[in-house]
Amino acid sequence: MSHSPDIQTGALAPASVAAAVSGDPLVRIAALEKIYPTRDRGNVHALSDIHLDVSQGEFLTIVGPSGCGKSTLLKILAGILAKTSGRVQIAGADLDGPNRDLGVVFQAPVLLPWKSVIENVLVPARVQKLDMAPARRRARDLLDLVGLSGFEDRYPGELSGGMQQRVGICRALIHQPKFLLMDEPFGALDAMTREQMNLELLRIWKEQDATILLVTHSIPEAVFLADRVVVMSPRPGRIAEVMQVDLPRPRNLEMFNTGRFGQHVAAIRRHFNSTGGID
Amino acid sequence: MTQIDTSDAIPASQPAGTAKGVARHWSESRALSPILLIALILLWEGLIRWFEVPKIVVPAPSAVFVALWDGIVSGLFWPHFLVTLWEIVAGFGIGSVIGILLGILIGLSPLMERLIYPYVVAFQTLPKVAIAPIIVIWFGYGLSSKIIITATIAFFPLLANTIVGLRSAPREQIEMLEACTANRWQIFRMIRLPQALPFIFVGLDVAVVLSVIGAIVGEFVGARAGLGYLILQKNFSFDMAGVFAILIILSMIGVGLHMLVVAVQRRVLFWSEATANSVTGA
Ligand SMILES: Nc1ncnc2c1ncn2[C@@H]1O[C@H](COP(=O)(O)OP(=O)(O)OP(=O)(O)O)[C@@H](O)[C@H]1O
Ligand SMILES: [Mg+2]
Repeated sequence: MSHSPDIQTGALAPASVAAAVSGDPLVRIAALEKIYPTRDRGNVHALSDIHLDVSQGEFLTIVGPSGCGKSTLLKILAGILAKTSGRVQIAGADLDGPNRDLGVVFQAPVLLPWKSVIENVLVPARVQKLDMAPARRRARDLLDLVGLSGFEDRYPGELSGGMQQRVGICRALIHQPKFLLMDEPFGALDAMTREQMNLELLRIWKEQDATILLVTHSIPEAVFLADRVVVMSPRPGRIAEVMQVDLPRPRNLEMFNTGRFGQHVAAIRRHFNSTGGID
Repeated sequence: MTQIDTSDAIPASQPAGTAKGVARHWSESRALSPILLIALILLWEGLIRWFEVPKIVVPAPSAVFVALWDGIVSGLFWPHFLVTLWEIVAGFGIGSVIGILLGILIGLSPLMERLIYPYVVAFQTLPKVAIAPIIVIWFGYGLSSKIIITATIAFFPLLANTIVGLRSAPREQIEMLEACTANRWQIFRMIRLPQALPFIFVGLDVAVVLSVIGAIVGEFVGARAGLGYLILQKNFSFDMAGVFAILIILSMIGVGLHMLVVAVQRRVLFWSEATANSVTGA
């Protein structure tokens, strides 16, 4: 956590400095703690002393061993889980619940089995009482984008795990949120689809000028997508390092093979090994 | 060694194949149940003729069918059938609606649970047969007292199942909806209620069968018409075959209403795995 201020002020690409200086960060997390009370076996210290700033328009990825509190952090930012202590501000105001400008992809797809695929995608639009005709058109476009056109009227029970996950991604994007929290959104996808989805996500990110926090178990994916990679360590969940990725944008799949890319991946791997992380 | 292995493998694979065959045979043989019924009826007829059982003790199946046929073609059963069917359907409907509404109230509000639920349970522990005479005195010998008695019996399975159902919604689904700024009413309408439906249908299925009992109990206590009233009359005149014929009609009503509930359930809960695998027995 002490790393993140270093990076904000230290060796940064000039463009990022400008971005950081130009406005307040979109998300400001300070001294955040989360302790889950459990009935039988004491408390679980899920997050400890988390400090993190996320600037407007930034793409941040989070990696860390299983159980280090990644999902917990995202749920707190989504406003659906209460923090134990510390401070979380979004756009300068203390976080006090979910926000209309927020899109969340959950670790499990969490589709409603009694609604068709397209109706599942439209859930946030219905909740927020958006204009349904354009929302429906957008839902079709999104489903088309993730390779699910023709499945609009199927039911979740008829889809594979990876297809359900893609429906969940469309649902998070339906209301064109400015702030996206994505918890292992591509975990159940094959390598090819995953790469395509990475490129699409980068395109949507640019197009909508969104800010994205994305959790992944794939270190190469974390590097490929991110402006910065947050490396977490477990028990209790802390931020072990925040690493600036200085690969040029727009990114393309050839970059996976460059030496620069490999160095970033290796640096994060080293960190995992030294902190006893798994994967 | 290899020889022993193969000789082991052959008998091991055979029982597996046979077991599969048996399972398929049993599930496919829907004809078995009617065949069993016919065999039992024939056995019953044979025993009664063989031992010359007096017909005021147990009637022969043939006598029951004659009584059933006569009652239907003479038009004797028809008005009583309509009265009882109406009592069952109306009592079931009113009891179910009250049970579901009260279940929603209690299921959504812990305060209401503490305020109301103890009294509801206390009321439920009263045997309805014991309060039936009071209801007949209050509401008279007509339809309304029977409908009320039926409703008091039908409502509890719906109340209990609605409460449990509303609380069965997975936390992840509720969090998902909360994350897109849903309010309590939206969470109720979009998640809790649909999740409660499989439970509510279980309640409906139980209640429909209890409603038949409720209407008959009501008619036994005091009535001027209905199949229960007719059973009492036939009993007084020792017309056992007639009593059995009415019992057949009653069970037909029960089975018919149960099948109606199951048919609606299949349509509404097409998405539920519980429905696909559910046992239809009630
Ligand atoms: N509702 C809960 N009650 C109690 N403990 C919890 C709860 N949710 C999570 N935890 C605990 O908090 C810790 C962090 O969990 P979290 O789900 O945030 O991990 P994660 O980093 O997302 O793991 P993964 O990569 O496996 O998804 C774990 O030790 C977990 O056991
Ligand atoms: Mg997680």
